[in-house]
Amino acid sequence: MTRAELAELAEKEQVQRDAKKLRLLVCCGTPCLAAGSEAVVAALRQKLAESGSPAELEVVGTGCLGPCSRGPLVTVQRKGTPDMVYERMDPQQAVALLDAYLAAASLPQQNLLPEDLPFFRRQQRVVLQTCGLIDPEDIQQYIGHGGYEALAQVLHEMTPEEVCDGVTASGLRGRGGGGYSTGLKWQLVQKGTGSRKFVVANGDEGDPGAYMDRSLMESDPHRVLEGMAIAGYAVGAEQGYIYVRGEYPLAAQRLKTAIRDAERMGVLGSRVLDSNFSFRVDIRIGAGAFVCGEETALLASIMGRRGQPRIRPPYPAQSGLWGCPTLINNVETFGNIAAIFTMGPAAFASIGSGKSRGTKVFALCGEVCNTGLIEVPMGMPLREIIYDIGGGLPGGAAFKAAQTGGPSGGCIPASKLDTPVDYEHLQELGSIMGSGGLIVMGEKSCMVDVARFFMEFCLDESCGKCVPCRTGTIEIYRLLTRLCNGSAAARDLENLEKLCHLVKDTSLCGLGSAAPNPVLSTLHWFRDEYEAHLTDRRCPAGVCGMDVKPLHLMAEELLQRVVASRVNGEAF
Amino acid sequence: MSEHHEHTVLADDPRLKLVDRAMKRLQYQPDALIEVLHTAQESFGFLSRELLAHVAACLKLPESQVFGVATFYHFFTLRPKGEHSCIVCTGTACYVKGSGEIVHRLEKELQVRAGQTTADGKLSLGTARCLGNCSLAPMLTIDDQVFGPETPIGAETKVRQLLEGSDDKS
Repeated sequence: MTRAELAELAEKEQVQRDAKKLRLLVCCGTPCLAAGSEAVVAALRQKLAESGSPAELEVVGTGCLGPCSRGPLVTVQRKGTPDMVYERMDPQQAVALLDAYLAAASLPQQNLLPEDLPFFRRQQRVVLQTCGLIDPEDIQQYIGHGGYEALAQVLHEMTPEEVCDGVTASGLRGRGGGGYSTGLKWQLVQKGTGSRKFVVANGDEGDPGAYMDRSLMESDPHRVLEGMAIAGYAVGAEQGYIYVRGEYPLAAQRLKTAIRDAERMGVLGSRVLDSNFSFRVDIRIGAGAFVCGEETALLASIMGRRGQPRIRPPYPAQSGLWGCPTLINNVETFGNIAAIFTMGPAAFASIGSGKSRGTKVFALCGEVCNTGLIEVPMGMPLREIIYDIGGGLPGGAAFKAAQTGGPSGGCIPASKLDTPVDYEHLQELGSIMGSGGLIVMGEKSCMVDVARFFMEFCLDESCGKCVPCRTGTIEIYRLLTRLCNGSAAARDLENLEKLCHLVKDTSLCGLGSAAPNPVLSTLHWFRDEYEAHLTDRRCPAGVCGMDVKPLHLMAEELLQRVVASRVNGEAF
Repeated sequence: MSEHHEHTVLADDPRLKLVDRAMKRLQYQPDALIEVLHTAQESFGFLSRELLAHVAACLKLPESQVFGVATFYHFFTLRPKGEHSCIVCTGTACYVKGSGEIVHRLEKELQVRAGQTTADGKLSLGTARCLGNCSLAPMLTIDDQVFGPETPIGAETKVRQLLEGSDDKS
């Protein structure tokens, strides 16, 4: 396919879309599917067939729209009116909606989400711009929304150096957690020498409580592929790998379809869009190891080995897959690339704050009214994310902490609700941006218990290669367990803190060095809770059992019983 | 049963063809080990020692390396799984919303520990680090079907219905 043919196809798609008088977009993301959206699609399609399948009507099963707790979601698009979104639809209600339209009556108001719902209004969708609007398994719909136009532009108008410069100018930083400048990374790989080069997309989203990458891969797989192809051109790679977490079979299947369609269309494969650039993408399915999110471990896993990290340098940019220069970026990072070139690096850089540019996708969940997937400009205060977009805590409950960055991150207390959410500010608070899980906790959550939960995760997921992480996480977990069951001794808190710093400073990879973060951050902001567990043997949130006595109390009790038996002359 | 005999059993197994075909497609590259193990587990349900030895021989890898990879990743199991599976997500969002109670209830009522299979081989109960459906927290999957938000009693009822349903069929 040539660039002109691509533009022609895009225009044709758009004309066809505009010709429809009514489009019903049914969200078919995993949460909506679980709520029954498949039946809604089937009922609507049957109704359409019964009424003679009018050409001006269309039902589309789309990717994730965002407010996942309200599914199944149906978006109504009518010519000349703003989109209407209906929540919690069942097949009957959906058919009633279609009936009302066919009878030229006004559409029902029941289950209709208000037009100015802050959940949608406060978001700025760059990465997710076509999520929930297109059928992820139909490449033509992606092209109809301007898809692969950025790739065509890059291939025909720019040199690889200019592409790297463009990404640097956009200020984009790695969305997987590290926050390293994407443009600089691309330049490093571009300058690297090797017989071959590789591009790897990290879709091993292991953080519990985060599912941005899953949604992106499921809802808009072509956006990721387009970003990878642009990266391939920029760094001089002809082969890409996308590493999908084993727990995400639907994402893998949709990517497989997307790669096949893209190769058929000539936007991937040999001589992409009639240029001299060739680029193939293969999928690698993970096998359930959190540590594979670490880049060197991920590369080992792609090469069929145990996913154990190695010492850096050399960085993958110098020596990655099979010793060749390898560019490895997060799936969401690749999701930003096409937008940088369609809107221009300067326009992209105008979004966000400080050194954090662009938007960030968050998985908002936990104790919050509107759970789901959101995309906001960097630097939005936490309060606005939780209270405006998230609608606050259910029943107006008090906010206690927000957890970001998963097992490598930390908890942000209520006193810091006005912190702008960007890389630097979160780091200052002892947390990290991480991949984008944002879990809201209310008064019912015990911070010591939460820290213990994450430490259990880390000890289980530690790959066992380096001692501080392998044994340190177990010891930290033991200390936290003692705090939670009431058997902690006076020095345990002090030892806990020391051990955390030791593990942080001496571990081989990011998993180990970040594992103590949840403990350190809760110790910093919620020290009183730790002390209540230790000295009063009381869990303020009422979560921990506190049913084991510490040694010194046991000894004391024993002594009292011995003394009592002597005084009373009883046999002990 | 002698080792020799087990090998013949494996060689006659029609499922082995699927594994052999996958290895041929991947040109017997040692780098493709994880892909091959995925196929092997899909076909057999679990990875037996004989199967691992067979894969090692075909890919010209030391058996120790194949065993090392198979035991490193949580996805691969060296023991047969139950007829049905129930996996409770214990990711952060689910944990905060009480997935621990669901696991306890299922463990107690169905007489099976998480990560193991019931004595009659009907059900494997498992936990997952995060299934990425945090908006449905606390959630679980029963034979790959997603349910949530779930309660301890609701989860137990669903699993019991499944087990009774399979009894009726047999």
